[in-house]
Amino acid sequence: MSEIITKQDTTVKQYKKKNQLAEIWKRLKKSKTAMMGLIIISIFILLAVFADIIADYDLAITQNPSIRLQGPSTQHFLGTDTYGRDIFARIIHGARYSLMIGFVTTILSVGIGGIFGAIAGYYGGRIDNGIMRVMDTIMAIPPILLALSIVASLGPGLRNLLIAMTISSVPSFTRVIRAVIMSVVGQDFVEAARACGTTDRRIILRHILPNAMGPIIVQATMSVSSMIISAAALSFLGMGIQPPAPEWGAMLADSREFMRYYPYLVIIPGVAIVLASLSLNILGDGLRDALDPRLKN
Amino acid sequence: MSDKLLDIKDLHVIYETEDDTVRAVNGINLKIGKGETLGLVGETGAGKTTTALSIMGLLPIGAGKILSGEIIIENRDILKFTEAEMRHIRGEKISIIFQDPMTSLNPVLTVGEQIAEVLELHKDLDKNGIQKRVDEMFELVGIPAQRKHEYPHQFSGGMKQRIVIAMALACDPELLIADEPTTALDVTIQAQVLDMMDELKQRLNTSMILITHDLGIVAQTCDKVAIMYAGEIVEYGTLEEIFEGENHHPYTVGLFGSIPSLTKETKRLSPILGLMPDPADLPKGCKFHPRCPKCIEKCKIEEPKDVVNGTHIIKCHLYNINNFK
Repeated sequence: MSEIITKQDTTVKQYKKKNQLAEIWKRLKKSKTAMMGLIIISIFILLAVFADIIADYDLAITQNPSIRLQGPSTQHFLGTDTYGRDIFARIIHGARYSLMIGFVTTILSVGIGGIFGAIAGYYGGRIDNGIMRVMDTIMAIPPILLALSIVASLGPGLRNLLIAMTISSVPSFTRVIRAVIMSVVGQDFVEAARACGTTDRRIILRHILPNAMGPIIVQATMSVSSMIISAAALSFLGMGIQPPAPEWGAMLADSREFMRYYPYLVIIPGVAIVLASLSLNILGDGLRDALDPRLKN
Repeated sequence: MSDKLLDIKDLHVIYETEDDTVRAVNGINLKIGKGETLGLVGETGAGKTTTALSIMGLLPIGAGKILSGEIIIENRDILKFTEAEMRHIRGEKISIIFQDPMTSLNPVLTVGEQIAEVLELHKDLDKNGIQKRVDEMFELVGIPAQRKHEYPHQFSGGMKQRIVIAMALACDPELLIADEPTTALDVTIQAQVLDMMDELKQRLNTSMILITHDLGIVAQTCDKVAIMYAGEIVEYGTLEEIFEGENHHPYTVGLFGSIPSLTKETKRLSPILGLMPDPADLPKGCKFHPRCPKCIEKCKIEEPKDVVNGTHIIKCHLYNINNFK
């Protein structure tokens, strides 16, 4: 008897799990723009993951003045830059840095901002005030300036860039997540959960956060794109990834003197930045619609 | 009836805001026996929900405050409990059904998961045991157990309320507080839900506090009735004493005058004139005196005391030990 029950239960559970994911996928597929975003960002991710196989890293950093500033050709798919480095190789190896910076800083700031925001929004009162005033103070400084000064004091480099960008973006996440949490806390089912004897931690993790997921996901995907852009900006200013490592923003900075005669030098990394961030934005929009079971019909 | 389960003694609850102190509950006494149903009746703002939230220990943090009094369950005063101890009481010993089933279920969890959660918190059961119990609860409220994998929005309002009831009853609580459980439902579903609650209560021998402003529902389901006005219980008695008895508090008379009768022919209803007093600025003496048709000078100065006749209690100057029998 007990065997039969266990068997039944597991089948039911598997059915449910699969069903849920399948349904989210089904709803996401309906949105053409979201699928386009997903395809573009997947291509970027694949290029970044298999960068070493597609084009040798040496191609991206070795200077070879004899072939400098060549236009697109069969040998150099997207041409070469002012030091004779293959631009295609630099773009795909740059995708590694750019995407990694975008995702890592976003995950870090969603995590940190999420904890602070959830605590502030759920408990309110003095705790809320304490956390939010600190965040306000950080927010009062323009993010790029803050990141710049942090990098300037810690010294340039990938790790310090990540730290600086995370610190400067935590406050806006805290703010968004706090607002979302506050709108959910007032709802009856939270009170009902409390009336069932649920602990605060469980209420926050199980009842409030899943309901707040929509706006957080949208904010997070948008943030990945803005992180890519500000990483590019910092590298452009020489405070991010150091040469000769390929990074999209640094590529822009390197080529700005030649932009008048060789415009493809800035257009290609520019298009890469725009495509990556745009695809993440529209994917985020589609995800929000797909993840919210309330929009199910 | 049998032994008492809940005993509220002289409970005072206030809400503090920056510029006002709202006296929501002013010294109420209530007793509920095992398996008994108490109807808590009164206008909006009479303090019914505040009383319920005080029992659950769920008064809004920061604003709501219990000034004095005792709430005794099984010989222990739960007002002295720590938050962790209260969590054990909630859901396991006392459950509450909120007014609006549409919003009291979490929209992103399946209904099965939500019932399972209560069990995970309070019962020492393994996964299969919990699922079995969840299935049982669904059967109990008349919903096929296969539907436990669906989300709240896939159910109708009446079914949602049944699920909320199933959730409240999952741990066999000894006391069920129903805060206007049928207000958000239409009349036919109201009847179904009430019948079901009545039946379950009998079967599980649960005590219940039914908060409502619908006297029809009270007549249908309750054993005892407490009429609340401005944070006080102005009349308390068995169902017969309130609905059939001779002597009543003028407020109770007013309440009954406000509903149309099927037997007597009246051109107009006689509602209670005026409005509920501002709970931040309650009148002196009897709190009902500004609206009372039988108001005498004494009512304006002195607060009336409870006059007791067996199980029937009236708080009014019109009655004393001699004329209240």
